[in-house]
Amino acid sequence: MSDVKPRIRLDKKTAQKGDVIEVKTLVSHVMESGQRRDSAGNVIPRKIINKFTVDLNGKPLFSADIEPAVSANPYMQFRFKAQESGTLTFTWIDDDGTKITAQEKITVS
Amino acid sequence: MRRSLELSRRRALTLGAGALAATMIGGAPAHAKNDSDELIKKFAGGKEPVKGKVKLDLPEIAENGNTVPMNVSVESPMTEQSHVTDLMIVADANPRGGVVTFRFSPLSGVAEANTRIRLAETQNVIALAKMNDGSVFMDTKLVKVTIGGCGG
Repeated sequence: MSDVKPRIRLDKKTAQKGDVIEVKTLVSHVMESGQRRDSAGNVIPRKIINKFTVDLNGKPLFSADIEPAVSANPYMQFRFKAQESGTLTFTWIDDDGTKITAQEKITVS
Repeated sequence: MRRSLELSRRRALTLGAGALAATMIGGAPAHAKNDSDELIKKFAGGKEPVKGKVKLDLPEIAENGNTVPMNVSVESPMTEQSHVTDLMIVADANPRGGVVTFRFSPLSGVAEANTRIRLAETQNVIALAKMNDGSVFMDTKLVKVTIGGCGG
């Protein structure tokens, strides 16, 4: 699953200090809840992304602890106030430990 | 003969409707069907959640419980002195109560998040926000679900 390319969209990558930047992210993932059964009646084991984190220059900006009640292909949208330029690092962590990461640069003047 | 039959049928119908209404009222759960009560208690850490500050946006009727758009925001200056630390979403009739917990810091500047959630049936969704001083605020929304979203 590590070859998955997440989709990230920032409404602006250059901003004035204090501007609010909106971030939309989407990653392909089955988000198997562990509640479903296959045709033979066996429970399909749970496999979800259980954590999503966003850091700005290594400092935590936003994160989410995710339960099976989040839909497949988890979509996460949040907003933050631009305070410094730098690199946003996005990380999705799977139940099996696989990490999906992506980065975006922002410039704040 | 005909008249008495008609009456008895009408009577039977009203009785039936009354009985059905009674079971519906009596059957309404006073507390959640899953672990959400415990989750809320644990999250609040002994504090009583106060209604307000949190705004939970969900459709009144969700046609497809597999993907219900949800937006949640908290009124807060988001400064070092006063900010939201955690924002937990619970659903009281899903197989398990927990949906998602967002975590913020003063660096966030805005306490708002949007995602898509699964709802197994018609139920209450509860959003609880914990502030850095330990106080807890909440909002709830009843969502009517036409097609449940837990597969199987």
